[in-house]
Amino acid sequence: MTPEAAKQDKHTFVLNMGPQHPSTHGVMRVILEMDGEHILEPEPVLGYGHRIQEKMGEARPWPGFMPNTSRMDYLSAMIYNHGYVSLIERMTGIEVPRRAEFIRVITDELNRIQSHLLWLGAFLLDLGAFTPIMYTFDDREQILDILEDVTGSRLTYCYHRVGGVARDIDEKFVERTRAFIARLRSRFKPIYYDLVTSNIIFIKRVKDVVSFTPELARRYGLTGPPLRSTGISYDIRKNEPYSIYPEFDFEVPVGTKGDCLEVYNIRVAEMEQSLRIIEQALDRLPEGPFRNKIPRKVKLPQGDATFSVETARGELTYYLVSDGSDVPYRLKIRVPSFSNLSVLQELCRNMLLSDLVMSLGTLDLVIPEIDR
Amino acid sequence: MNEYFSDLFSGAKSLLVGLSVTIREMFKPVVTVQYPREKLEITPNFRGHTELVKDPETGTHKCISCMMCQKECPSDCIRVKGEKREGVKGLALVSYSLDFTKCSLCGTCVEVCPTAALEYSQEYELAGYSSDEFRFDLLKRLEER
Ligand code: SF4
Ligand code: SF4
Repeated sequence: MTPEAAKQDKHTFVLNMGPQHPSTHGVMRVILEMDGEHILEPEPVLGYGHRIQEKMGEARPWPGFMPNTSRMDYLSAMIYNHGYVSLIERMTGIEVPRRAEFIRVITDELNRIQSHLLWLGAFLLDLGAFTPIMYTFDDREQILDILEDVTGSRLTYCYHRVGGVARDIDEKFVERTRAFIARLRSRFKPIYYDLVTSNIIFIKRVKDVVSFTPELARRYGLTGPPLRSTGISYDIRKNEPYSIYPEFDFEVPVGTKGDCLEVYNIRVAEMEQSLRIIEQALDRLPEGPFRNKIPRKVKLPQGDATFSVETARGELTYYLVSDGSDVPYRLKIRVPSFSNLSVLQELCRNMLLSDLVMSLGTLDLVIPEIDR
Repeated sequence: MNEYFSDLFSGAKSLLVGLSVTIREMFKPVVTVQYPREKLEITPNFRGHTELVKDPETGTHKCISCMMCQKECPSDCIRVKGEKREGVKGLALVSYSLDFTKCSLCGTCVEVCPTAALEYSQEYELAGYSSDEFRFDLLKRLEER
């Protein structure tokens, strides 16, 4: 029976997935109109984790919003910090020392790898493979330890500051990061490739499920790895370079077919590229100050500005309108998971329920970021 | 039919390759820690809640009750009370209350303090029965130390 016929037949039922469901990765709810195992209409319901983040940004002097930036996408906290401080720097014209830019890039990329590792484990867990998450968490812990030692925190870093970073990195950090690069590289083939990537059962399961097309991507403003899986090479680090990214030699992995397997491969390849960036940055790390002194009260000049960065999930844009005081008049945050979620309804219509779980995993949604 | 068997065969082979990875890893050193029986040492840079620094020279805090931390705290969780006393430069600290239920651990207060009177504690095991347990009086905590 076709789904349309099933609808008329009224042999359908409504299934509530979430808000507390392990595979929605947070408090998100999807109302599913089902015909047996097939989804006729998925309808995401948002807002369970809404914390008026934007309004908080508009209700206090701009430095006070810094800790909030780590609390939207808690897996890309460093990159969120980076976007916000760069926005303020763009508005006020505050200079950043070169060493600080290097430190920012290194910590950003570590953060990105950490996020992809967690995604890798959780995605496979959604598919029912339990073992890989043990290995990815082992690797991820190494990054968290390195970052904790310099930032003081494991998740909500609040480390980048306007005019630099909060604390300088030392020899120990450089050594540990180098050791980590070697370690992760040595584990890609014997563990991740053999255990997962080359596994025929895994490939058969994820291949040809969902199809992201360039047309769909453009219509919904898809971003991050799902966008790149359609063959559109769009990465803010290349297309609208910020910080010192143009100085590094790295590639943006793209796919062609836009299915789950491609997105998986892109994320794994991105980790390797991030390792390359970190290595180059460590090799060329300049000496010098890590933070410029800035005046205690900095007013934002009247006008508006935007700043985009590439988080682990895609393009993040901050937009700030200022009336000339130090409290932003309007702060708008456009997050990647939100535009990626918007595609769900069209993407998952007439899909099997277990494939929906996989699509949610492929999009790598972080719900607190969507709700903010 | 043939395809069915070749699928079955390649699937079984994949499983064996995967199993060999797990078996190899089984003989590597254990990385998990049996918390709370075992504990890892945490980095001295860890950012816990704030604590008043004990000055080794005077044996007491270094706070001059300038209220900078209270003004700059984005979460508005600090209340500093000071009073004028004979023989004390500035204001003498009467109480320093930190509402840890609201603190976002951002470190602004530590950074703005002109006398470096604040530091991060190494405490990470914080659990309690009521929120009142997390409204600290840092001055009292310092005296108890
Ligand atoms: S760490 Fe931040 S939020 Fe906490 S008391 Fe200090 S300034 Fe306030
Ligand atoms: S900023 Fe330092 S000296 Fe001033 S009130 Fe706070 S703790 Fe005391």
